[in-house]
Amino acid sequence: MKIAITTSGTDLDAPVDPRFGRARSFVIYDTESGQWSVLDNAQNLAAAQGAGIQAATAVVNAGAQAVLTGNCGPKAFRTLAAGKVAVYTDVSGSVREAIERFLSGTLQPAAQASVDAHSGIGL
Amino acid sequence: MRTRLRVAIASGKGGTGKTTVATSLALVLADAGSVEFLDCDVEEPNAHLFLKPTIERREKVEMPVPQVDEDRCTRCGRCAEVCQFKAIAVLKDSVLTFPELCHGCTGCWVLCPEQAISATGREIGTVESGWASARPTRLEGAEGQVRCVGFHHGWLRVGEAMSVPLIRAVKRQAREADFTVLDAPPGTSCPVVESVKDADVVVLVTEPTPFGLNDLELAADMAAAMGRVAAVVVNRAGIGDGRVRGFCRSRGLPLLLEVPFDRRIAEAYSRGEPLVAAFPAYRAKFAELGRSLQGLARR
Repeated sequence: MKIAITTSGTDLDAPVDPRFGRARSFVIYDTESGQWSVLDNAQNLAAAQGAGIQAATAVVNAGAQAVLTGNCGPKAFRTLAAGKVAVYTDVSGSVREAIERFLSGTLQPAAQASVDAHSGIGL
Repeated sequence: MRTRLRVAIASGKGGTGKTTVATSLALVLADAGSVEFLDCDVEEPNAHLFLKPTIERREKVEMPVPQVDEDRCTRCGRCAEVCQFKAIAVLKDSVLTFPELCHGCTGCWVLCPEQAISATGREIGTVESGWASARPTRLEGAEGQVRCVGFHHGWLRVGEAMSVPLIRAVKRQAREADFTVLDAPPGTSCPVVESVKDADVVVLVTEPTPFGLNDLELAADMAAAMGRVAAVVVNRAGIGDGRVRGFCRSRGLPLLLEVPFDRRIAEAYSRGEPLVAAFPAYRAKFAELGRSLQGLARR
């Protein structure tokens, strides 16, 4: 399966970005092959509204079935849920560590958004 | 012959005295012709506290938002592409709408190549209409007739962000009249733009303080950018400094009226008494303000 990890960098050693909608980019990681690519999210960084919806749409359409991030707002959560993407919040450290934790099965999917709308603005 | 006059009362800063000026102007203009009063501050309407209208009609206001027929939708993404507010998201095998983000532009359902989107209503508030008594005046052939001011305002649903469609609904309630007075919300954003955009003259109410000046500059720039004729009324004259006067001079903005900082005026306000009702001496000043505004509108 493919998983998406928010990051402020562009590789596996970069830190997990605590924001979902306004993350700098997403690492799309294939758990079967170990191959990964970067999905740029720069156009959403300065969006006045709808960053979470846009980012979630991009993640769903990239084929990811899980998202690892710090926080996720209500509209992004609804969009990801509609795309049948499991959301794992409160994830930190490097992208590589996040992937390892996900593969070891120690992460629990979130049942709801972890923050209010617009929480990622200005962070 | 009377000129039809549409005047919007605005201000950058809140609490400068828009409603004080708007209500007194409307009451005095009623001596010269028919008046319609529109309280466009649908987030915090307050003109009714002074005009004490009798409300005769009340109706819910909805705005159009998209509804997607998922069976007809081919997920082409045209709707999401055209939406400037991300109110619609097209996923691989479903479409989501976020009605609270929609500004009702109609773009998505007009442009959908499959006609898979239709408009549905979302309630945003209520409009109320009625009339307020001006004061008994003797008119030719109608002795003792009580002149009335047509009154309209709106109440935005609590938690609702889309005030502009409700302001439009308030404006639609107004009948043809010799004078239409619009009490705008404070600031310079979309709700203010909607309130002042079709006014013949915009009266900017300010106070002679640094805050008042800063926001007057913003409001004057807005009026200029919209090509509106603007004039200034200074409230609480006597406090602050002379920089508002200097600004009006430098920008060629006529300063039409000054209302002094006076505890008795504040007390009357706190009792919900319109300025011209509590202090009849102001009737002549507001009548003069009305004439000046008509003169500016004709220019």
